[in-house]
Amino acid sequence: MKAPKGCGPAIHKAQRPQLGALYAAAAALVGTAAKGGVLPDDRADLLYHSYSGGGVTINGTSLLVRKKVGDHVSLVGNWYTDSVSGASIDVVTQASPYKEKRSQGSLGVDLLLGKATYSAGYINGSEPDFRSRTAYASVSEDLFGDLTTITFGASRGWDKIGERGAPDFKATADRRNWSVGLSQVLTRNLLASLAVETSESEGYLQNPYRQARYLSGDPRGYSYEKEAYPHTRTGNAFAARAKYYLRWRAALDGNYRYYRDTWGIVAHTAELGYTLPAFHRWVFDAHARYYRQKQASFYADLFPYQGSQNFLARDRELAAFKELGLGFGASWELRPRHRGLLQKATFNLRYDNLRFKYDDFRDLRVQGAAAGTEPLYTLKANVLQLYVSAWF
Amino acid sequence: MAPQPKPTLRSLLLLAPLAAGLLAGCSPIEPWVKPYEREHLADPIMSFERDPVSGAYLDHVHESREGARGATGNVGGGCGCN
Repeated sequence: MKAPKGCGPAIHKAQRPQLGALYAAAAALVGTAAKGGVLPDDRADLLYHSYSGGGVTINGTSLLVRKKVGDHVSLVGNWYTDSVSGASIDVVTQASPYKEKRSQGSLGVDLLLGKATYSAGYINGSEPDFRSRTAYASVSEDLFGDLTTITFGASRGWDKIGERGAPDFKATADRRNWSVGLSQVLTRNLLASLAVETSESEGYLQNPYRQARYLSGDPRGYSYEKEAYPHTRTGNAFAARAKYYLRWRAALDGNYRYYRDTWGIVAHTAELGYTLPAFHRWVFDAHARYYRQKQASFYADLFPYQGSQNFLARDRELAAFKELGLGFGASWELRPRHRGLLQKATFNLRYDNLRFKYDDFRDLRVQGAAAGTEPLYTLKANVLQLYVSAWF
Repeated sequence: MAPQPKPTLRSLLLLAPLAAGLLAGCSPIEPWVKPYEREHLADPIMSFERDPVSGAYLDHVHESREGARGATGNVGGGCGCN
């Protein structure tokens, strides 16, 4: 998280650490790679990633190494870093530009016994004023002639939140997740999967730097007050996915997810993808993703007066918005003539363009408009990934 | 009469492993896709997680900007690829 600088009352950081999401993704990365009665391949992946949008640039690397030990054990480790710089709309309107570095390490183990794979691991992440630890475990088993794989998972996380400029401020939050997944071979060309996940969070769940705004007698028409979030949140997600093999050696996949939580957020995610190998060593991908959500029940862009509700939020993540993402990828495979340590390698590029359109989050950078009549905020972002994968 | 507690999704998830074990133990289902018919399913392009490090990063990009989370499809494939 960033150190506030400058002066005046609005020098709070407006970029809440989003490591919770990062850790969830990492848990998926290291925790569910093993599937039922087979251990994943030995491989190493080195990724450079860059996100640029809304005045913010975030780039860094991620290294994943997975190696079998004997016939029944696979170890996996991941080291992720990123560096944040720039000034998002929240920073421009409420705080000052900043830079910060974040890192996360994780270790996991998969144990294969018969048709079942048991997985467990630990993830540790840190920012200058935010720390998170997560432990997870899961079990996957192949059933019915290996046509079905069922997976049960659970994780528990502990966050510590601080605030730059407020050394006495210390807060904590606990996270718990439970998931069930079912993957099914339907035909010789069609795979499908279902996933259900419930998540519970308890503790300090807001950003100590972000603020809500309310109508006031200030010359600009509004003032700021501290946000106030509920201390508990429970969410349920349901996802269905299918992948179909086309006769000219290509794959078509579709994915839908429904999410609902006790904060009033209801979200729909739909994805469509196409994968096409070509020219012997190339694989090309195209993806489209659409997302929309309803706002949290205690969200408002502009509250009528100070302290008008017991819970107050003006975070964009809790606003109603629509998002469209389009992505393209290309991968080139290297096949060594003499396979020694290296079995094969791929060199990969992926580019995604994201567009967000908010229904009730206004662009306060526009001067001269009456409070509550500013134009609605839109965001365009470019996401670039360059990575090398090696199988050994 | 005291009200009966409603089953929650969490309690159903906890009961699911028991149900799966019972199903696995007493269901002599004949595989309708034989192992020698799974060539297409074993193709790497059919993997739900062909690039795990990239997929996890994109999950992070989305989840850090959206209110929804979870069930991102990392549940694997029941493919008889082995």
